[in-house]
Amino acid sequence: MDAIVLQILNGLDKGGAYALIALGLTLIFGTLGVVNFAHGALFMLGAFCAVAFNHVISLEQVVVDPTKITAWGTPLETRTPYIEVWLGDTGTTLLNYSVPLSILLAVPLMLLFGYVMERGLIRHFYKRPHAEQILVTFGLAIVLQEIVKSYFGANPIPQAAPDVVRGAMDLGTLIGFDPGTIVYPQWRIVYLFFSLGIIGSVFAFLQFTTFGMVVRAGMADRETVGFLGINIERRFTLVFAIAAMVAGLAGVMYTPILPPDYHMGMDFLVLSFVVVVVGGMGSLPGAVSAGFLLGILQSFASMNEVKTILPGIDQIIIYLVAVIILLVRPRGLMGRKGVMET
Amino acid sequence: MLTKVTPRSDLLMFVLFTLAILAMPLWLAPIGAGYPDLLQKFAIFGLFALGFNILFGLTGYLSFGHAVFLGVGSYAAVWSFKLLGMNPLPALLFSVVFSALFALAIGFISLRRSGIYFSILTLAFAQMSYNLAYSVLTPITNGETGLRVLQSDPRLLDGSGSDTGPLISRLFGIEMTGYSGFYFCAVLLIVGFYISQRIFRSPFGMMLRAVKSNQNRMSYTGLNTRPYTLAAFVISGVFAGVAGGLLAVTDPLAGAERMQWTASGEVVLMTILGGAGTLLGPILGAGLIKYFENIFSAYNEQTLHAIFSFLPDVIEAPVVSIAGLFVGEGWHLTLGLLFMVVVIFLPGGIMEGLNRISKIFSRSKPKPKFTSSSQSAAAAE
Amino acid sequence: MSNFRRPINRRSLLKAGAASGLVLATPTIITRNAWADTNFRNDPTNSKSVTFGFNVPQTGAYADEGADELRAYQLAVKHLNGEGDGGMLNTMKPLSLEGNGILGKKVEYVTGDTQTKSDAARASAKRMVEKDGVIMWSGGSSSGVAIAQQSLAQEMGIVFMCGLTHSNDTTGKDKRRYGFRHFFNAYMSGAALGPVLEKQMGKDRRAYHLTADYTWGWTQEESIANTTEGLGWETVNKVRTPLGAGDFSQYIAPVLNSGADVLILNHYGKDMINSLTQAVQFGLRDKLVNGKNFEIIVPLYSRLMAQGAGENIKGIYGTTNWNWSLQDEGSKAFVKSFGQEYGFPPSQAAHTCYVQTLLYADACERAGTFNPAEVIKALEDHQFDGMGNGPTLYRGADHQCFKDVLVVKGNENATSRFDLLEVVEVTPSAQVTYDPEIFGGELGPYKV
Repeated sequence: MDAIVLQILNGLDKGGAYALIALGLTLIFGTLGVVNFAHGALFMLGAFCAVAFNHVISLEQVVVDPTKITAWGTPLETRTPYIEVWLGDTGTTLLNYSVPLSILLAVPLMLLFGYVMERGLIRHFYKRPHAEQILVTFGLAIVLQEIVKSYFGANPIPQAAPDVVRGAMDLGTLIGFDPGTIVYPQWRIVYLFFSLGIIGSVFAFLQFTTFGMVVRAGMADRETVGFLGINIERRFTLVFAIAAMVAGLAGVMYTPILPPDYHMGMDFLVLSFVVVVVGGMGSLPGAVSAGFLLGILQSFASMNEVKTILPGIDQIIIYLVAVIILLVRPRGLMGRKGVMET
Repeated sequence: MLTKVTPRSDLLMFVLFTLAILAMPLWLAPIGAGYPDLLQKFAIFGLFALGFNILFGLTGYLSFGHAVFLGVGSYAAVWSFKLLGMNPLPALLFSVVFSALFALAIGFISLRRSGIYFSILTLAFAQMSYNLAYSVLTPITNGETGLRVLQSDPRLLDGSGSDTGPLISRLFGIEMTGYSGFYFCAVLLIVGFYISQRIFRSPFGMMLRAVKSNQNRMSYTGLNTRPYTLAAFVISGVFAGVAGGLLAVTDPLAGAERMQWTASGEVVLMTILGGAGTLLGPILGAGLIKYFENIFSAYNEQTLHAIFSFLPDVIEAPVVSIAGLFVGEGWHLTLGLLFMVVVIFLPGGIMEGLNRISKIFSRSKPKPKFTSSSQSAAAAE
Repeated sequence: MSNFRRPINRRSLLKAGAASGLVLATPTIITRNAWADTNFRNDPTNSKSVTFGFNVPQTGAYADEGADELRAYQLAVKHLNGEGDGGMLNTMKPLSLEGNGILGKKVEYVTGDTQTKSDAARASAKRMVEKDGVIMWSGGSSSGVAIAQQSLAQEMGIVFMCGLTHSNDTTGKDKRRYGFRHFFNAYMSGAALGPVLEKQMGKDRRAYHLTADYTWGWTQEESIANTTEGLGWETVNKVRTPLGAGDFSQYIAPVLNSGADVLILNHYGKDMINSLTQAVQFGLRDKLVNGKNFEIIVPLYSRLMAQGAGENIKGIYGTTNWNWSLQDEGSKAFVKSFGQEYGFPPSQAAHTCYVQTLLYADACERAGTFNPAEVIKALEDHQFDGMGNGPTLYRGADHQCFKDVLVVKGNENATSRFDLLEVVEVTPSAQVTYDPEIFGGELGPYKV
């Protein structure tokens, strides 16, 4: 029983991450009709906002001690972050909270990046065939990750969660299990609530604002909205920027779980496309529910009890589920007819 | 390129193509690509992209899991080596049969959906094959290490045990490595090109193009398009299978990574880069990407210094360090930029660029309105 | 076009003649069997220099490790040509090299990108052999890729000096006459870890394995489980995880209530960084099971992995081939010349690549020829010292080096950002030596 509860938690946590990435992707699909192969790269850029923020606030004062020599014969350097030199304990606290604080950097940067990317590149590809959208966004993704690689290297860079949520907590005692049976990392719980919060805000934004209403109308029938004299394209720019920001925030908050490296976007790219398509093209609720569904199924498929009956099932479960769903429901869970079907 | 499609211009194109392919060792040598392994890769991946283009270029169905057939073809060929001996002909027969079976099964299921749903279905099948081949199917695929021919294998037709030499594929005594290996691949590429050309000009090809332009309208006429698209899918799968078989013939090894999504993505990029729907484009795209992968990645600081040594030292150092970003470990960056530049400025790929150049040169002559329409129009779809 | 055209003799002419009727034959179609004894591929006799190929991952997950290997190779070439401070040439014993290149020929090199993929690595190696005319090539960060290149070496008749590869198979069932490995392997990791684990954790432990689901992972799991079961430990479970899973939470959660008190992570590179980071987040290190502290073991450590996992490696046991903090003359000389050239100490991958290059060069010098058959004989059963691992034997039966193995632990109080691993014990080579028969395999012929 405790094993099942743990896997449900894992599934929700994974699902939160999948849903968050898929949400932005499906927004771009649904509103702009663009196949964005650079979406994984946006996720990666978000994660590197956290790395960059950490680098900046931990810029080090280098004190060279000529009396001591390193093993390779150069004088020993002692390094202390400037922020600790200047601010003392406050600086240490800032360093400790570097990951959540870097959201402050990620939000404007990712919005700006999304804006520039849409104005400078994506806009010119609205009317172009999907194949060309794939080529150009894939090329952009490679360029972005190579730039990151040339600054930060290829090795993952660890980012620690703040001390207070670094360890694990005993969730089991809250719901009547024996102590010590359901222990779960605190940061993963933070991540789950964070992703639910972001998903909720995006839905609320689209549901309760005029802007959101126009965008939803545009998703349903772009031409008619255009005939009404509404400048839909300008709103699309903002939609793209929001999608980039959501992907970026997903990346920032994921860094303590997965030390970021330049290639992490590509690792998530295929998966996020599967999630979006299983959810159904152009459907936000579909993408979110597909994210959680696949996350939970993947967790259960990895249990030893399941793997002994079906060896290797954890390797293919996501794809197997995708095939079955697409065969049973032609447009995924909640897809609309005619979206990206040609 | 060709301005008007006639049987004669097709023949001319075919003859020129054949000559160009056979003479590759000569005209590619000055740019450093005239060595056997890369020539073989040009021919093999050219064939792979050519086949992919029959499906994608004509019907518009974007398969994102085509590498699975490449992998199946390789595994089938190596198993043929292991069981029957090192002759490439049964190996290629195995490749054809198994890739066709896989293509039939995957195509039958995936073609029930269209658009991106089709793409994700093919991707899912390929990823499942890759993941299983890498791990639990190791008894069949030898997993990470890759399937190889061993001295202890039965090799029935070779008379096992008598042959102690290196395990290299031989066609009637000719080793399928080096230049002879290239010519073997080149002949198959030329055959593949001929088939592809005939399909493009046939009523079957017209039918496939019609599917691309409007499948619904086709269905309203009461015609079931599925058999046509399935046939195209299987043909293109067999092309990939033969390419995979050739990879094993020139180098008797088959690894799971040939089926990874990145390999499927690569053939998509090759085709679009060269010009989807054109006859020659995919082959050019394949050649360009393989050239980058093998030649650009090999530049290092030392070679750059040698290239720019004519510059004064003050200028040379910054030039070398800037150039160093784009070659060696930075060759991916160059590739990414190339993708963007080509697709931004040349929708329709390299073939579009060539068409534009040829237009500049022939501007003096008034031309019929449908000039090069069959190619650029298809490419722009 | 072909700078390695082989001499034409009667037999090959006949073959070529027969062939030309079938395909467009070129004069280069000559079978290997036709070579005379003194002929070998890419013979540099008539050239002023010899070329080495350095085939390392420059893109993909191991790009940083590849970059460090490349630095070491460039340093080795410098030292061979008599530039710089000579590094290990000052400590290597016996030494035939004179700092004037090899056999009086200047050493040059070409580089390539393996992408950590067998196909790409072989394509790149073939380029080096066919186009650049290398006499030896080296490099790598993965066992599958090393094994693929090693069998290519045998087909091509060019020596391949393996870089970082840890699978038993490289010098076990997949060993080749033309492939040589200086790095240690999973069996040695297990043998070296055993006594240390016994001392630190006792004889009554319950181990849970998480294993990367491919050949290297399996051989390591087998070797480590054999060792720990020999100590009297119980193996609770062995769970296979997909390569590149990213999030390992679904595999780590079941460890919590499995009754195990030791988690063994048979992962490498990014997988290890992720699984270790996440295991620590699940609070495993703070757990008490059966009255004992829960322990995590990472059998194969590297500095880059330790960097990637950050704080989480503190106090975690593992093994490594070499570490820059060693105080013998060879290590000190190498760390000094590497550190002065690049500003930071070398990794174990850099060390093994540097040593492999010098060993090959020295073997040529001793053999007095570049003929691979003779060079291979010079390397086989060669004993040397002063290369950072104590007295070492390059065993002829399987081309594996036998030397001391380091058991290390994540440093609890690092003095610098490179001071990540603390050497707990240097296990003498006698303790990790095994009978070559246990892994089987065939080396193949000297002459191909």
